[in-house]
Amino acid sequence: MKRTRVYGTMAEFDSAQALVDAAHRTHEAGYQKIDAYSPFPIEGLAEAIGFHSNRVPLVVLIGGLLGGLSGYALQYWVSVISYPINVGGKPYHSWPAFIVVTFEMTILFGGIFAVFGMLALNGLPMPYHPVFNVPRFAFATKDRFFLIVFSTDPKYNPSGTRSFLESLGPRSIAEVPD
Amino acid sequence: MDEPRQPATLSDRAPVIEPGYTFGSVTDKISSIVLTRPTSNGWFLGFGVAFLLTMMMLYAIGYLFVRGVGIWGITIPIGWGFAIVNFVWWIGIGHAGTLISAILLLLRQSWRNSINRFAEAMTLFAVACAGTFPLIHMGRPWLAYWLFPYPNTMNYWPQFRSPLVWDVFAVSTYATISFLFWFIGLVPDLATLRDRSTNRWAQMIYGILALGWRGSARHWHRYETAYLLLAGLATPLVLSVHTVVSFDFAIAIVPGWHTTIFPPYFVAGAIYSGFAMVLMLAIPIRKFYGLEDFITERHLQNSAKVMLATGLIVAYGYGIEAFMGWYSGNRYDAFLLWNRLHGPYAPCYYALLACNIFIPQLLWIRKLRTSPLALFLLSAVILVGMWLERFIIVVVSLHRDFLTSSWGMYYPTRWDWMTFIGTIGLFLAAMFLFVRILPMISIFEMRTLLPEAEVKE
Repeated sequence: MKRTRVYGTMAEFDSAQALVDAAHRTHEAGYQKIDAYSPFPIEGLAEAIGFHSNRVPLVVLIGGLLGGLSGYALQYWVSVISYPINVGGKPYHSWPAFIVVTFEMTILFGGIFAVFGMLALNGLPMPYHPVFNVPRFAFATKDRFFLIVFSTDPKYNPSGTRSFLESLGPRSIAEVPD
Repeated sequence: MDEPRQPATLSDRAPVIEPGYTFGSVTDKISSIVLTRPTSNGWFLGFGVAFLLTMMMLYAIGYLFVRGVGIWGITIPIGWGFAIVNFVWWIGIGHAGTLISAILLLLRQSWRNSINRFAEAMTLFAVACAGTFPLIHMGRPWLAYWLFPYPNTMNYWPQFRSPLVWDVFAVSTYATISFLFWFIGLVPDLATLRDRSTNRWAQMIYGILALGWRGSARHWHRYETAYLLLAGLATPLVLSVHTVVSFDFAIAIVPGWHTTIFPPYFVAGAIYSGFAMVLMLAIPIRKFYGLEDFITERHLQNSAKVMLATGLIVAYGYGIEAFMGWYSGNRYDAFLLWNRLHGPYAPCYYALLACNIFIPQLLWIRKLRTSPLALFLLSAVILVGMWLERFIIVVVSLHRDFLTSSWGMYYPTRWDWMTFIGTIGLFLAAMFLFVRILPMISIFEMRTLLPEAEVKE
């Protein structure tokens, strides 16, 4: 029989409060590679599992700047260099008229970068993920809360981690096959 | 961070969600509409009627493409007829969706959570209806891509000093961002549907659309940041779109168009008509799908108050237009006012004042603000009024301008009416499909409104 590698050990909790408390205690116990799953965003949960760096704002800033600059550059190049037309004696570089398109392009690129940047940083779309192998995990999108310790964690060992998670008072515990 | 936060349900006003719900029951109630509830005969009837109207629109557009815009009532001097009236009306209706989803999110108005999803869908479909008109009103609609700047063998570029080009950018940005906002809000709920559905096909389709969402804390953290930033970007966007639409008029020199009041007055009117459409959709939906616990009296009241406030801004806009007609001393502006009050289209102007200013003042009465039937009827009146406003702006301003020799009259033909009513059918057909196949209320945002979602550090 083929031996399956273990992806991690997962504990199921009943409430958001229980998950946040458990995440705090697991992190304090020295586990580094952990994650938590919930059916809605919970304030403070990301900090509880030790996740602090969030590069989404930087991505959006870059997108917005890129959109605004390219929008303005396009209009300048079209109106001054490539296709100059004298309209009522207005200067070719009539910047006040270029503000609207520059603004819209800033919003457009900022928004596109926000959505696709967030998805890319999250590694989505990802149709398959080992956590989906746990049958009870289907309730993570309804009313259950899960905490996982990955097997890549230096402190991880199948039995020790399992008994540690049991001490947190979960509703169920499952080993996640890879 | 130690101060206790007041859950939304403990407010002294009507709650945004009736007490007694849990994460599970909220999920089941909303997802069952899509997954398990049998499709009612009423749905088939409503969708059927809307679908037939859509077919009528396609027929009218098909005939238009064969014969050209001569089948419409437009003549010189009224070169902009129903197409532009309907474009402005529809795009204005879309504004309430973005206002609810973006601006009310930034203002932390938690009552938005149960109406933002279908209001955003409403925005998308309204923008689709709006976008139809500028495309078909071109003499050669198959060349519509000439609107966009792209390298071409004619060595030809759009004129960036023209508000019509600004409009292309504003409306296409608005459509794109509205779609992204709506879709990204749907992703966690699509994951819920993926995990709840028992049908293999539904699991696969919802699974693909859910992008593999699994609710990781890291993902939620980035998700919330992106959602908030998107709301921050969409807020100035929604204010800009109708501003740019108003520039189409305000940059021109036609009396009645060339005025600085247009941008704020257009934006207020857009939100006014948008909330009227939100109520006209929300009131039947909450009744037929039994969602009174989620779309409560509080939502109806708040929407009514927004309508009352924006309606007064619109009334101020009318007042300023009339005042400037007199105060400017410009004989063309003065004549415009006279023509609105006494010209051949005067009945439209009086109907406009009744629909948009006088009748909506009934919203001051608390009893009417809490009565779904009264709100439904008042919303219908406001939608008619806002359509008349655009008709007055486009047609009445154009039909008598500077030279009496160039005056004319505009009478819409049956093709105008078929196209207009057809887009209402398209809008309703899309809404019917939406409530049937996607969760019309944001499930995950409803979960955050429950008291159990509160976590102490």
